[in-house]
Amino acid sequence: MVDVAHGMVEKRGVRLWLTHVLMVLGVLVIFFPIWLAFVASTVTQSEIVRPPMPLWPGNHFWENYTAALFSGVNVPVATMLLNSLIMAVGIAVGKIIISLLSAFAIVYFRFPGRGFFFWMIFITLMLPVEVRIVPTYEVVAGFGMLNNYSGLIFPLIASATATFLFRQFFLTIPDELAEAARVDGARPMQFFLDIVVPMSRTNIAALFVILFIYGWNQYLWPLLITTDPEMNTIVMGIKQMFPSGDDVAEWPVIMATSIMAMIPPVIVVVSMQKLFIRGLIDSEK
Amino acid sequence: MEKRVTFRGWVLPLILIAPQVFISAVFFFYPAGQAVWQSLFIPDPFGLSTQFVGLGNFEYLLGDRHYLASILTTATFSIFVTLVSMIPALFLAVLADRLIKGSGVYRTLLIWPYAVAPAVAGVLWMFMFNTRVGVVSWYLGQFGYDWNHVLNGGEAMGLVVIASAWGRISYNFLFFFAGLQAVPRTVVEAAAIDGARFWRRFFTIILPLLSPTSFFLLVVNIVYAFFETFGVIHTITAGGPQQATTILVYKVFADGFVGQDLGLSSAQSVILLVLVGLLTIFQFKFIEKRVNY
Repeated sequence: MVDVAHGMVEKRGVRLWLTHVLMVLGVLVIFFPIWLAFVASTVTQSEIVRPPMPLWPGNHFWENYTAALFSGVNVPVATMLLNSLIMAVGIAVGKIIISLLSAFAIVYFRFPGRGFFFWMIFITLMLPVEVRIVPTYEVVAGFGMLNNYSGLIFPLIASATATFLFRQFFLTIPDELAEAARVDGARPMQFFLDIVVPMSRTNIAALFVILFIYGWNQYLWPLLITTDPEMNTIVMGIKQMFPSGDDVAEWPVIMATSIMAMIPPVIVVVSMQKLFIRGLIDSEK
Repeated sequence: MEKRVTFRGWVLPLILIAPQVFISAVFFFYPAGQAVWQSLFIPDPFGLSTQFVGLGNFEYLLGDRHYLASILTTATFSIFVTLVSMIPALFLAVLADRLIKGSGVYRTLLIWPYAVAPAVAGVLWMFMFNTRVGVVSWYLGQFGYDWNHVLNGGEAMGLVVIASAWGRISYNFLFFFAGLQAVPRTVVEAAAIDGARFWRRFFTIILPLLSPTSFFLLVVNIVYAFFETFGVIHTITAGGPQQATTILVYKVFADGFVGQDLGLSSAQSVILLVLVGLLTIFQFKFIEKRVNY
């Protein structure tokens, strides 16, 4: 009976093939922009400026990628990659640390102002950086944090999402564990480091994936505060590679840079797919 | 929900919570307060002093043709981004759900665009449709269609919509796919035994069961289109031609940093803050699953 029903729902043969064909078509359409960028990064400038450009990779891969990495347009792409890496890791690690600490305080202590601080953190959920850019820029400029890593990292660290996620998770840790720790005379920080943090490692890893991509893909904020090309991140630096006026853009180098800008987050997402999907669905629902 | 077992003391928890409170205060509350404060002033023509104008900036904005046009642009943009990212994602998720084997491979391939930054997506799409070297615009030309998003506002809007929706297809696909996997097989099989064909099952059983997921995605995609698409617009059109793609967030940037009109830009920030607040409340009210107190 079950088999019959199964057979009726999951149609075999032609239907199955049709599904695969449609799926492959969908994947091809969605992949096309990436494919085209890759092809453009392996051919010469003259092949691109005389349209239509080829749709199959050429043999100038090394030439274009080394040109981008070591000379770039304004600044070597290697420098921008390093800046992006520092910014993304800084934001991810920073957010995770301050969120773990504040969630631990909120869940495991009763202290004056607890409710107030809880709401204060909660309300930052509602304040995306895009809507308060001018005054935030002034604060950062006032601290002398333009064109340095702390200016890239700190304003983006305080989001409430991670705090809420950890709070939800801490609430599911059995009370017996805290009870036992207290009876054994463990200090709160010992309990935090020996029990709470190790138990949260899956959540920490999942959040790291999400936050790394969030940090890597920032655009507006680095655009505002890094006027020195040496401090540009790769995602915002690509646009800076286009010449102003009528000069022709160096397409192969720009497209090689675009490919390099997407490789780290793609590797993170694809290799940590399970964690990533879990983190995504947990942090949104 | 509260813990029964807690630790004593209040100095330690205050120290633990201090970093987050400090960063929120310095980089969130102070700037937000500044935005509200600055929105009440206008600078004099020489930028030497400012003059208190009360709600003057707001009055000016709500009567300003350009601002009203930007509201309309934002509405159009976010509706289309939401539709263009959700419908293909649902279609692909339904296909993937029908496959017993191989859906993992497709999923791996389909999540790529999510990892691509909106600004990079903007560069990729701008390259494809570039008026001089773009492949797609060249082939359109061969078919007699003269594509030029630099001059044509409608085409510019279409391009920023597609470039913004592209990465979101992956995101929506993951949620729809997870939602479809959670639809009880027994219900679908019962309908199949009763003779309901696939599309009938889809519209009468699967789609209604997916409505919480769809509603959630509707809200988050609108929020995305409002606040996270700056990179796409800045790289492809810079708000043009003639402000055809100047969405509200882009206008805050254009007036504040390019036009250097702090009061006007701050007033726009305040309006956006209210808007985000309303969207967030809406989201919590209807998607209470997200946080439970």
